[in-house]
Amino acid sequence: MALKTEEMVLNMGPQHPSTHGVLRLELKLDGEIISDVIPHIGYLHRCFEKHSEAMTYPQVIPYTDRMDYLASMYNEFGYALAMERLMGIEVPERVEYIRVIMGELQRIASHLVALGTYGADIGAFTPFLFCFRDRERILHLFEITCGARLLYNYIWIGGLSNDLHPDFIRLTKEFIKDFKPNLKELNDLLSYNAIFIERTANVGVLPPDTAINYGVTGPNLRASGMKWDLRKDDPYSVYHKFNYEIPVGSGAKGKIGDCWDRYFIRVREMEESLKIIEQAIDQIPDGDVTSAIPKRIKPPEGQIYTRVENPRGELGYFIISDGSLNPARVKVRAPSFVTMQVFPELCKGWMVADVVAILGSIDIVLGEIDR
Amino acid sequence: MMYEWLYDLTGSSILSMFIVSLLPLFAFILPFALLAVLAERKVSAHMQDRLGPMRVGYHGILQTIADIIKLLQKEDLVPSATDKKLFNFAPLLVFTGSYAAFAAIPFSGAFIGSQIELGLIYIVAVTGLVVAGILMAGWASNNKYSLLGAMRSAAQIISYEIPTLLIILTIVMITGTLSLYTLSELQTSFFWNWMIFGGPDTGLQKFLYLPLMLIGCLVIYISTLAEVNRTPFDIPEAESELVSGYHTEYSGMKFAMFFLAEYANMFAVSAIVAIIFFGGYQSPFGYLGNTLELQWLIPIEQFFWFTAKGLFFVFVQMWLRWTLPRFRVDQLMAFCWKYLIPIAFVILLFAGLISLI
Amino acid sequence: MKTAEEIFSILKEKFGDSIIELKSDKPVEPFILTAPLEVDKISIYLRDNSELLFDSLMNLSGVDDANGEKVKDENGNEIIKGGNLSVWYHLESTKLKHKLTLKVSTDREKPEVATVTEAWKCADWHEREAYDMYGIIFLNHPDLRRILMPYDWEHGYPLRKDYQNPEFYQGMKVPY
Repeated sequence: MALKTEEMVLNMGPQHPSTHGVLRLELKLDGEIISDVIPHIGYLHRCFEKHSEAMTYPQVIPYTDRMDYLASMYNEFGYALAMERLMGIEVPERVEYIRVIMGELQRIASHLVALGTYGADIGAFTPFLFCFRDRERILHLFEITCGARLLYNYIWIGGLSNDLHPDFIRLTKEFIKDFKPNLKELNDLLSYNAIFIERTANVGVLPPDTAINYGVTGPNLRASGMKWDLRKDDPYSVYHKFNYEIPVGSGAKGKIGDCWDRYFIRVREMEESLKIIEQAIDQIPDGDVTSAIPKRIKPPEGQIYTRVENPRGELGYFIISDGSLNPARVKVRAPSFVTMQVFPELCKGWMVADVVAILGSIDIVLGEIDR
Repeated sequence: MMYEWLYDLTGSSILSMFIVSLLPLFAFILPFALLAVLAERKVSAHMQDRLGPMRVGYHGILQTIADIIKLLQKEDLVPSATDKKLFNFAPLLVFTGSYAAFAAIPFSGAFIGSQIELGLIYIVAVTGLVVAGILMAGWASNNKYSLLGAMRSAAQIISYEIPTLLIILTIVMITGTLSLYTLSELQTSFFWNWMIFGGPDTGLQKFLYLPLMLIGCLVIYISTLAEVNRTPFDIPEAESELVSGYHTEYSGMKFAMFFLAEYANMFAVSAIVAIIFFGGYQSPFGYLGNTLELQWLIPIEQFFWFTAKGLFFVFVQMWLRWTLPRFRVDQLMAFCWKYLIPIAFVILLFAGLISLI
Repeated sequence: MKTAEEIFSILKEKFGDSIIELKSDKPVEPFILTAPLEVDKISIYLRDNSELLFDSLMNLSGVDDANGEKVKDENGNEIIKGGNLSVWYHLESTKLKHKLTLKVSTDREKPEVATVTEAWKCADWHEREAYDMYGIIFLNHPDLRRILMPYDWEHGYPLRKDYQNPEFYQGMKVPY
């Protein structure tokens, strides 16, 4: 007599401690092994693109903050860059340097959240608090500059809203000095822990060809072995003036492109960001940050697609202008939206506990996916 | 000893039996569970570079009392599609299984709940009731997550009982007694008579036992960690995967019973490791009562040493919880069956050979 | 590295009338206008040809050109009749380091575009979003259903310029 088995459908519902936002995952299970994962998104859809058609160009900037709320500086950076290229505005060099410093600080803060929550998902609760302790110092730096900890409205089209606080450079240097030993502590506690490596090595391998076909970019693509970083391959702002490396996944603890690689790339990227910030602070010139902001932003008719290197991948802005004060179309190409497409491929054949591990390693933010 | 003293006092065997069995519960386990909840929060907070509860009482000492009052006045929700009898009975079973083990544990030379000759076997058997309780809780909750958690937990507890039993067998073979009271009395005088340093005999056997005992202590500590569902083996309660595992659907007093049962279980297994390997209630240096010629001081000192050792192992359990990530369920099973059980067998074999010398 | 004109001439040779024209008058980037129902074959050719090697689809967006005539319908709301809905494709080659922009335009009343998911799997969810927001039907798409709006939303396609919010959805009042 043959046993009849059925597939069980388990819902990791919109409210769940480790889905990084409101995401619904429908898991089709055969015992503990996953046969299919169907993600359902749209719980955080706030109609950003429709709103932006009703507002003027500068009014869109606070809305861009709220998409990827863990990396707001980069959202604004991308939008401002797109508009400046469309209108042909040249910003002062000081503005470029400050934008780069803010962007790299934001990258470190975003990666700290990603690593901390990833450790908490795997079961190590302590690195989460260590990461957030360091992130508090970065948020303090942002707070003294523009008054807000998470959603800034700081990078405007043609410049910045205000100049740096007088204490900013001193505090940033202190932060860099204190952060380097903390990174080493994080590595000792989590990255090289034998149980953590067993949970994440060889799990959820993403081959580089699949990654490019699915449009995956950013740390996830670099962890699969491909050296592709928009800061070097399609440079913008003043990134070409700095000396830094692009870390690439090497399969140190398992196969190339597994969860451990994706995790460790982010740790190394934080080290590289520290290098960029140190160099930028030494080279920053003087200038007036608000001088190039035009009085009325009325771009010519046309369209542009610009992209920047978000902590999560390639963030693209496609703006169509019809010559009036309001945009005709603002489309945001969010990296997490694209990475979510490849997630079911990564999960097939693994267990329920691995779904959590893989989801944490691709580092998605629902605000970006749903906009 | 306590039983006889009470029998002389009251003249009734039933009354003295009652008092002797309830005394560990009210005088020790419940206050310990309250203390352990607070200690866990403070210990974890200080390890994570923060402070923990600070407002209720001086530096948060009265926090657990506030927690218990909150749990007592919560609404007792029973979901409508559950199996009501099993749902209500499961926490009782888990609590009983954890607590009943304390009857055979000697808290000091003068107090033991029940002078049972089969102390060790009784404890292992009765903590097996917990598995039945957990399975009942998982099934009766009518919740896929609880079911998954309960099945994993049952598999885990049953698997990890085997290394525990093998190490206990080794100790029984070496000392020749199953009673915990006799085991503690054997490890008397100074700390080099403790089982972890080879036992009370002197001579070649002691030095040959030493490496086996050290590894054996590690094996039994790890397997009892898995039996009480603590990290790194806390898959049944894995918060990030299964919300809360088998006690997701419980609220109010029933949840409190699961909660207290977990801490009581933690102390029970720490106590067992302390008794088997570290001398139970014996002091490492000799007694103050002996030097001062005050005989009544000795049981009190013994009680103090016993509690100190138990609390130390509980502290190590908490330390491990907040440092290590958790295993996946198949890695956990592989760890038990492929590593711990062979090691335990080898220890049993060698201990047996050495005991023939 | 090829410029847009060179790519245009290569494509025009192979596909002839499907490639309509190369527009480069407005800022900033030039784009190639192609026929909507042939874009799947064009995309596979773009990906596999050894001189072009466009292996990455950066972006796919639906756009409402709003170039029809505005009429008033029975409720007094202004709707647009006629005109176009477009889909824009931004392609990139990671090996040869050049980029390309393609545009297709379809009728507003019956918008149908061939899917490019065979060439780049990235297009899957982007096309679902274009369908969800604009109502553009992608022929041969593996799983065309709404993605950001609720699955049973039947009050139209939100990002169109003449979209009106419904009064009630499943008993809940929509305007706040």
